[in-house]
Amino acid sequence: MKQELKSTKFGKYGGQFVPEVLMPALEELTGQYEKYKEDPVFNEELDYYLRDFAGRPSPLYHAKQLSREYGVKIYLKREDLVHGGAHKLNNTLGQGLLTKYMGKKRIIAETGAGQHGTACAMVGAVFGIKTEVYMGAKDTVRQRMNVYRMELMGTKVIPVKSGSQTLKDAINEAIRDWVANVETTHYMIGSVVGMHPYPTMVRDFQSVIGKEVRTQIMEKEGRFPDSIVACTGGGSNAMGIFHPFIDDDVDLFAVEAGGSGLKATDKEALHSATLCAGEDGVLHGARTKVLQNKYGQILESSSIAAGLDYAGVGPELAYLADIGRIKPRYSLDNEALEAFHDLCRLEGIIPALESSHALAYVKNAAASGELGDVVVINISGRGDKDLETVLGMNK
Amino acid sequence: MRISEKFSELKKRDEGALIAYICAGDPTPEGTKEYVTALVRGGADIIELGLPFSDPVADGPTIQAGIERALNGGMTPDIYFRMVGSLKVHIPLVVMTYYNLIFKRGLEKFVKDCASSGISGIIVPDLPAEESGELAGLCEKNEIDLIFLVAPTTTESRMEQILTRGTGFIYLVARLGVTGARSDIAVSTSELIRRVRTDTPKAVGFGISNGRQAAEIISAGADGVIVGSAFVDIIAKGKDVPNKLEALASELKDGIKIAR
Ligand SMILES: Cc1ncc(COP(=O)(O)O)c(C=O)c1O
Repeated sequence: MKQELKSTKFGKYGGQFVPEVLMPALEELTGQYEKYKEDPVFNEELDYYLRDFAGRPSPLYHAKQLSREYGVKIYLKREDLVHGGAHKLNNTLGQGLLTKYMGKKRIIAETGAGQHGTACAMVGAVFGIKTEVYMGAKDTVRQRMNVYRMELMGTKVIPVKSGSQTLKDAINEAIRDWVANVETTHYMIGSVVGMHPYPTMVRDFQSVIGKEVRTQIMEKEGRFPDSIVACTGGGSNAMGIFHPFIDDDVDLFAVEAGGSGLKATDKEALHSATLCAGEDGVLHGARTKVLQNKYGQILESSSIAAGLDYAGVGPELAYLADIGRIKPRYSLDNEALEAFHDLCRLEGIIPALESSHALAYVKNAAASGELGDVVVINISGRGDKDLETVLGMNK
Repeated sequence: MRISEKFSELKKRDEGALIAYICAGDPTPEGTKEYVTALVRGGADIIELGLPFSDPVADGPTIQAGIERALNGGMTPDIYFRMVGSLKVHIPLVVMTYYNLIFKRGLEKFVKDCASSGISGIIVPDLPAEESGELAGLCEKNEIDLIFLVAPTTTESRMEQILTRGTGFIYLVARLGVTGARSDIAVSTSELIRRVRTDTPKAVGFGISNGRQAAEIISAGADGVIVGSAFVDIIAKGKDVPNKLEALASELKDGIKIAR
């Protein structure tokens, strides 16, 4: 019992703070995941879908113009080229197959930017599983195109009108649905957040990113990079690229959304920089860093990038930040926007606003030498979904 | 008053317990005082006072709305404990809240504040037995009951673990899903009542809204009935609230009495 308890945590973070109704389902999911993780048939099928459906491996691209402009040698990990336009499919293919193997009949999910929802919709369609996605009403407006995409693939999008009407409220609503339908439904969490086993499971499915980088960078540079930089909302693209390097001499930078500055009132934060400015708390089933007021009420977060706009962060990142293995940083809205334009103009690549936070940090930090000579930036997604936002900002 | 005293007093009269939930501060702290008095007049044996949290994942739309009204009305843990301390009622009061508010205040301070304001028990819907060790220890030291929930999905091995931890009463979740009034009683409810074998009193909640349902629950072998959303609904409508709360409480209590 004791040992089982321990493995649900990363240091003091993580755990399973959920209604009793869900505990048996989490036990089942943990057991099934551990079983199939080692199962050759499962892994062969997953590899097949990652290759022939998702288009993996994604390239590691030496961005020469950007390197010259920012003053450091930059490689871009092109998750924007994965089917659907973001890293999210790596996780949903894994969990989708698991859903199939577990024999559950329905998938529910939350989504912020709509990227995870879209990745769920693709998996729901290809595996023939009924899929319903909760999305904050505010996000359904600012990420309209992704709502259409999900609907085209047969997924029902349910706008969430409670609370701040963004990602955190979509998660609340998905948990409520799961509590009522736990026997037939798999809850497909889209990041390394929430209760055990999700942070571990999602990290493992996303680790394909970092595993590929290990091989690719050896081919191109004959050595590992000095640093890896990834934007961090919940932290799945970051953990996916970091995890395979955790025991190596590579600096890992988790770049959060600084919004319009690291300030907050009693109700809302002007940012979503949870690792940089949050405090220990319990949100959505896990102990982690949380944006909260002095009483423990969760703050409404804010960011130009819907996918980073979340008051929590994965518990493993909180742990790795505490022990100094990852370095939490942040970029402001306007810095991310500037970097977005840099990549468009210099490399002909339109990055997601989320990923632009990682770019912006490299732009700011390259001169200080903190990043070393060779940097890998995770381009977690493409920016087509953000064009309306960017056009609105430029006006 | 300790919860166990209340249940043994009721047992002597061969009577089931009515446990009424409202959200503290909905819509104002002053209103809550008046509503608590009305519920006691109507026959409530124990009152659960919700301490509102911004992200109540175990609650349905009715109680979510009550929580939102309370937060907009300015309710905070500090105000909560002050208000509870000033209540002049002679039945057990139980705080129901989510774990982050306890965690942020500090477990020890939270439990001590409960003790000094006259709270007899704590219910935390997002704290399963596995994560409850530290809080349980503090509760025991301060003579406060930590009340656990069991659900229709709870396995036998978990059931055992929960029943050895839980004090005060065991909260049986009548059905899968969040809080909210329903008109029927799930088959799984009587099944669950049978499965929970313990000397600790068993109270059933989630979805109960009228006297007939309350009677059925008690007839099925429960020691108490927990009703929340139906009361919060009256507060939401905002008309003649104290009288209506009292009337519903006494309807429920009548149902409970008839059943025995
Ligand atoms: C393109 C992109 N990058 C990053 C994120 C942030 O998520 P995570 O931190 O889990 O990678 C999202 C979330 O929707 C996203 O769509």
